[in-house]
Amino acid sequence: MINPHPGLPELQYVKPASLVEASKFLAEHENTAKPFSGGTDSFVRLRDGVLKLDYLVDVKGLDGTNELSFDPQKGLTIGAAVTMNRVAAHPDVIKHYPNLAEAATSVASYQLRNRATIIGNICNASPAGDTIGTCMVMDGVLRVHGLDGIYSVPLNAFFLAPGRTVLKPGDVVVSITLPVPQEGFIGTYKKLGRNMIGDLSIVGVTVMGYPCNESPSGYRFRIALASVAPVPFEALKAEAALAEKNITEDLIAEAAKVAMESVTPIDDVRGSARYRKFMVRNLTREALTEVWKKLNK
Amino acid sequence: MSLKRITLTVNDLVETVDVPQNMTLLQMIREKLSLTGTKNGCSAGECGACTVLMNGEPVNSCMVLAAECDGVKVVTIEGLAKTGTLSELQKAIISSGGVQCGFCTPGMLISATALLKRNPGPSDTEIREAIVGNLCRCTGYVRIVDAIRQAAK
Repeated sequence: MINPHPGLPELQYVKPASLVEASKFLAEHENTAKPFSGGTDSFVRLRDGVLKLDYLVDVKGLDGTNELSFDPQKGLTIGAAVTMNRVAAHPDVIKHYPNLAEAATSVASYQLRNRATIIGNICNASPAGDTIGTCMVMDGVLRVHGLDGIYSVPLNAFFLAPGRTVLKPGDVVVSITLPVPQEGFIGTYKKLGRNMIGDLSIVGVTVMGYPCNESPSGYRFRIALASVAPVPFEALKAEAALAEKNITEDLIAEAAKVAMESVTPIDDVRGSARYRKFMVRNLTREALTEVWKKLNK
Repeated sequence: MSLKRITLTVNDLVETVDVPQNMTLLQMIREKLSLTGTKNGCSAGECGACTVLMNGEPVNSCMVLAAECDGVKVVTIEGLAKTGTLSELQKAIISSGGVQCGFCTPGMLISATALLKRNPGPSDTEIREAIVGNLCRCTGYVRIVDAIRQAAK
């Protein structure tokens, strides 16, 4: 008989005392240990047997993982153990990065967001990660502790394939820093899910726009797309189309079409590839129009 | 597999428990402490039947390792009426008929308790958002939302 409520498979819970210890342990157990913070992705995959591990390495409490702070020069730093609810409720996030609060609260449910983290969302490297697009268009940079110490990786160069990143054995992501946003920016995240709770996005569209003197259109837009390619990515061609000419309804529609042409979705249980393509176009147009209108208020 | 000894506070009582390292907080609450008010629904963090307060915030206890809980404060449904007197919310869910099969009720009440603590006067939208992670297959939610609104007054 199939057990409808499988518990977690046998594993050891490891709580390292320092980042050095964590990196050493993870490197020594390359294929059998994984760092975790909230566990909201790992536990489900462990239960389903998709992920097989002997050790879960708890990174909560390690140096820098609890940091959530805003610096007017450096920007916002979010530690690996900082939950999505903590991010969404932080006054500096609400004031300076409201689009991040919006993306974070689109994830699952309130009680799940008390465990889920932004860094976990990123490291899980799912093409559907809801907070990744916002961190990407805001030029997030990850701070990683590895066997040779601390190093930085821009989020734009982090993802390789579904579930795969540039992280090496022993690497622990400590935090992400989002630089101070451009003056007068507006951002939004449009998520298409099958329902309001728990479900992954069928399509996720992140758009950010801001006035920019160097751009012929006078504005610069950034667009990131989720669930429509092996990794979350920025629609660079669509962004370029919006920089060249004066922004009009037609140009926005054209850019949304370019975004649609840049995706390579698959058919899956949540939606067909064809449906996803059309929804990329529609949601990109909707998000761009919304941002554009707010920029011109 | 070796056991891990943890000491935590559950419903204001200090408990020291030896837990297998793969045991979830939910399993520990039900199987080690015999507090069976907290329910196991989906084991995947979606249904919310296992919701408890951990250091004052609602979490899905199926998505927390017991081994992580050394030093934490947990409140389960049994902790809402410790003295035998029901909380305003519990009274409201009875009087408004917000209980049918009752399986979702413990988790629902924990989520609602946390909502009213952080937002004593929630709008209907805020109430519905707060219980997005608590699935009820009987009531259609209307009377549950009524109860929370009533308790907020």
